[in-house]
Amino acid sequence: MALSDKELKEISYLARINVKEESFSSLKKELEQILTLFEELNEADTSSIDAMSHPLDLSQPTRKDEVTEENQRDELLKNAPSVKSGLFIVPKVIDGEA
Amino acid sequence: MNENLNNWEAVIGLEIHVQLSTKSKLFSGASTNFGALPNTQACNIDLAMPGVLPVLNEEVLKMAIKLGTALSADINSPTSFARKNYFYPDSPKGYQISQMDKPIVEGGYLDIETESGTKRIGVTRAHLEEDAGKSLHDDFEGQSGIDLNRAGTPLLEIVSEPEISTPAEAVAYLKSIHSIIRYLDISDGNMAEGSMRCDANVSVRKKGDLELGTRTETKNVNSFRFVEKAIQYEIERQVHEIESGNVITQETRLYDSQNNTTRPMRSKEYANDYRYFPEPDLLPITLEKDFVESVINGMPEMPNEKKERFVSKFSLSNYDADLLAADKGIANYFEEVVKISDSPKLSANWIMGELSALLNNENLNIRDSKVSSDKLGQLILRIEDGTISGKIAKDIFEKMWVSGKEVDIIIKDEDLEQVTDDDEIESMIDEVIANNPQQLEQYKSGKDRLFGFFVGQVMQASQGKANPKQVNEILKSKLKE
Repeated sequence: MALSDKELKEISYLARINVKEESFSSLKKELEQILTLFEELNEADTSSIDAMSHPLDLSQPTRKDEVTEENQRDELLKNAPSVKSGLFIVPKVIDGEA
Repeated sequence: MNENLNNWEAVIGLEIHVQLSTKSKLFSGASTNFGALPNTQACNIDLAMPGVLPVLNEEVLKMAIKLGTALSADINSPTSFARKNYFYPDSPKGYQISQMDKPIVEGGYLDIETESGTKRIGVTRAHLEEDAGKSLHDDFEGQSGIDLNRAGTPLLEIVSEPEISTPAEAVAYLKSIHSIIRYLDISDGNMAEGSMRCDANVSVRKKGDLELGTRTETKNVNSFRFVEKAIQYEIERQVHEIESGNVITQETRLYDSQNNTTRPMRSKEYANDYRYFPEPDLLPITLEKDFVESVINGMPEMPNEKKERFVSKFSLSNYDADLLAADKGIANYFEEVVKISDSPKLSANWIMGELSALLNNENLNIRDSKVSSDKLGQLILRIEDGTISGKIAKDIFEKMWVSGKEVDIIIKDEDLEQVTDDDEIESMIDEVIANNPQQLEQYKSGKDRLFGFFVGQVMQASQGKANPKQVNEILKSKLKE
């Protein structure tokens, strides 16, 4: 299955991976190989098989609705490169959803 | 904009996000309390620290099952979670855990009251997902502050079919959902605090057309009134654009309540850019039959059932029953009052009249009423048994509101008992007639409307305590003499 430059750019943008132009051709070849494998899988007739969302044949265990985690702010903020007034400080990103 | 809107019809679907009122988060044991200091209610799981795994809160399953049952929907078992991928600083994982193929609730409906009668609105699905944190963009010198207290709070997203036709229907649907979640006690439904949020998908088409127009999604609508106004604005905007020869772009718009407009937010260039896939960290959930049944058996009576019972048991009108049943607190208060007063209609009138007026005046919820249900029941009982008149009752009610005293104590302390003794009323009437010879003469010479004057004088003489019906009867026979 052929992949266009545009599609490759789109995928790298969505994954936030900075792909350099010079590696396009080699990367494209690898991705196309992977896609070919999926094409092959697509040939199998699965119409009578239920979709499987997890390989383990178990049901998800649950927990009771209880607060078990108390305030750990000081500990957690220690990991952050920049903090102010108890907030994590990050580069400004406004997606229109301010 | 003065297009003829009558040639057009709108197709509206609502996506309602309901914040579930659990104590802890969807996948972690951090608290969900509103208004805590930033990042004091976020833990390793909410922050997506390496190696952590989500553990599902059992309570959200119960809440979703209750909602699904109230909407006459199917409960999917197994139900499974999926990853919705997007990058934004207030979502530390880089994805939101949501549901895609197997939402817990699927295929229900809701009946709403419209001007032209009852209308059934289909509910496509309701799925569980986690809320994001909050980004604060001011005061950080060109950077953003991130508070992750809200990250991981459980949400139930309820998606309607595009079967809503007018802004008024949209509000009726939204109010009905609000009433149901309050009845089920699965959310506080506070729109101002964001516990219930509504996005509206709106498109327009010429009346009679079968094909749907291009739709826009309007976000950020945080009150019932704004939902109506935002949709109305969006319908008019789209009609105006089309009639001016432009095309509608599929986009997300933000509602601006101050200017009553919507403006574009971001275009949905890639409809599938979320790249959903099954969540590998969570197994599908099989809901045991016994579990589901025990949840359903524990459900309270729902607003529509309550309304029907009020009509059949208490002979209330549809209108009264609908108003009382819409709010669980008011409905309970009403039933408590009736238990004592044994007079449903009068109790309904008092709750929707005097009580509502005072509650609204002081912006109070029925739970915070300064007159308890048993005290109002006693007051109505005293009207019914003739101890006090309806007019005096209103004065007493206001005194009860201020002092918190019981009706019988106020009646005794202030000597407000209704005068029903014929002889006593008669002597008051005699005195009034004797004191007003001129009016008596005019009345006898045919000025009938002076009858009202005499009634007023007698009521005044009795300080409003004389039984008005008896005053009328005795006065009539006296004036004939």
